[in-house]
Amino acid sequence: MDYYDILISIIGSTVRLSVPLIFTALAGLFSERAGVFDIGLEGKMLASAFAAACIAYLTGSAWAGLLGGIGASVSLSLIHGFASITNRGNQIVSGVALNFLVAGLTIVLGQAWFGQGGRTPQVSGNGRFSSIILPGAEQVRGIPVIGPIYADVISGNNVLTYLAFLAVPVSWWILYRTRFGLRMRAVGENPGAVDTAGISVSWLRYRAVICAGILCGFSGTYLAIAQSAAFIKDMSAGKGYIALAALIFAKWKPVPVMFACLLFGFLDAFANFMQGKSVPLIGEVPVQIFQALPYILTCILLAGFIGVAHPPKAGGVPYSKER
Amino acid sequence: MSTASVRLPNWITYGLMPVLNLLVAFLISGLVVWLIGEDPIEALKLLLQGALGSGEGIGFTLFYATSFIFTGLSVAVAIHAGLFNIGSEGQAYFGGLGCALVALSLDRYVPWYVTMPVAVVGAAIFGAAWAFIPAWLQAKRGSHIVITTIMFNYICSALMVYLLAHILIVPGKMAPETRTFLEGGQLPKLGWLIEMFGSTIGAAPFNVSFLIALVMCLLVWLLVWRTKLGYEMRTLGISPSAAIYAGIPYARTVIIAMLISGGLAGMMALNPVMGASARLQVELVGGAGFVGIAVSLMGRNHPVGIILAAILFGILYQGGDALSFDMPNITREMILVIQGLVILFAGALEYMFRPALVRIYQKLVGTGG
Repeated sequence: MDYYDILISIIGSTVRLSVPLIFTALAGLFSERAGVFDIGLEGKMLASAFAAACIAYLTGSAWAGLLGGIGASVSLSLIHGFASITNRGNQIVSGVALNFLVAGLTIVLGQAWFGQGGRTPQVSGNGRFSSIILPGAEQVRGIPVIGPIYADVISGNNVLTYLAFLAVPVSWWILYRTRFGLRMRAVGENPGAVDTAGISVSWLRYRAVICAGILCGFSGTYLAIAQSAAFIKDMSAGKGYIALAALIFAKWKPVPVMFACLLFGFLDAFANFMQGKSVPLIGEVPVQIFQALPYILTCILLAGFIGVAHPPKAGGVPYSKER
Repeated sequence: MSTASVRLPNWITYGLMPVLNLLVAFLISGLVVWLIGEDPIEALKLLLQGALGSGEGIGFTLFYATSFIFTGLSVAVAIHAGLFNIGSEGQAYFGGLGCALVALSLDRYVPWYVTMPVAVVGAAIFGAAWAFIPAWLQAKRGSHIVITTIMFNYICSALMVYLLAHILIVPGKMAPETRTFLEGGQLPKLGWLIEMFGSTIGAAPFNVSFLIALVMCLLVWLLVWRTKLGYEMRTLGISPSAAIYAGIPYARTVIIAMLISGGLAGMMALNPVMGASARLQVELVGGAGFVGIAVSLMGRNHPVGIILAAILFGILYQGGDALSFDMPNITREMILVIQGLVILFAGALEYMFRPALVRIYQKLVGTGG
């Protein structure tokens, strides 16, 4: 039973650590399926975390924080769009630039406004998304096997967690069952064909990067005022890149994205659990192995050793009408 | 009528446009400074004063510039072959391991001028080795080099922390770093160069690796514009299909270009590891690999441009340090903001002003397109 409790606690933290990855990877999915590479996921996440924390602190409302987070992240998306869609600049360069800009700006503004070394003041109460206890969670806890899963994994999360898992089928539906999704996928594969059909390539791609901005807004907000209670500098800590890895690992498909994020979230949770513990026969396993594993797995996948990942064909290529 | 196909004279494309882009980047940086309630002009004065106002300031500026020249060259060589190497950061980190291993094994037997060439080779080999797998994946398996080099940055960072915390650490010490190199493993400072201009270097770690960086600039120029390999790389960079049609071996050229790029990044480690701290530490690269992207973009991938851009970023880094000391409201991270804006305007929005410039130019020259 002890082992079962440990398993439940690892699964619980897997879910919590996967949430920002899921939002961010889905954001990347929208952008990249429309043919716009997005290295700037990390920056958008960080910017929205900062904006959400500031606004939640000022207004005392978590929902206002969420709106602020989305606003910050969508503005970055628009800059990315302006550079890479309108000006046909290099999408990777643009993403890298935004990451730097945000990494610096959040700390500079945070220090200037709050003077706490780049932190924002703690928010509490309604300023945070707190856990929701689902009905009956306490009553069923005693039921073996299923009880703890319901009480500690399914119940007791904040509303953004449920939204993350809801975002997966919604993204799938948008991508595969709506006209917008069909056109978006087409514009990522063959923008020329979409243009010939009389549909604006630029406007479609703009809409896709705005979707990406909205989703990144959720992930940053989750980091700042759901998982923690303030913005801490560099709090995205490479999660944007892990999400990018998860997106590739999932071969740019929404449902596999969720599983890839859960896998990488599990590695993170497991690494936390293993810290300082030793394994029989092997000794202490260095946590760095778990930190590197998502990247190593993605590289192995990219090498074509676990199936083949086909990126969207027109990804990274700016579309010019006159050729 | 599109403006994309109109040819502009070189002084506009290579002179006016980059200057305009930079100007916008700096104007917006000034706006940020103004927004947080400080005087941008005063901030600029303090920044320049801190970076160039004393021998020590200049020493630090050139110390930073040295690292940026190496990483800038690294990014530029890859770009000439049409490859975007975001992995200079990781390659430089791993190169640090190579140069530290050389210094640790030779420092008690030979003087620095014997250690140095071996360390240059060691650092370059380790840096190149770290670039090899992404290069091979790009060349043979078609994996996108941008993605794999990002992944390798993180893998490298995890690996180096492990090595430093478990294997290379001095027994009994807490800090994850190697022992301090003896004099045979340290690069001498270039105090005399600063003294020639009637100043003193003070505590600045400006060292011999600056001269190595300049030699590398010359070698990269020769490689890219004066050798067959360089010609093949540039052809590949402009049009892979034309290069393959002309019989240029794709896989071989990609891998060699990335090995050179990684080697140059690796050599960057000489500067902080053997020139400044005389030991291998975590986070020794400190973002210089990413600055290399900005430097290469701003320098238009040409060694001369890279030297100038590297010095500009050296000024920003050193001046930014001094500025954050004098104006505590402006933290050191302001450098990142400026860096981001420079990459955005000099890189991604490179041609933002082009249509307008074309129109003005046509009006002035009177060709009417």
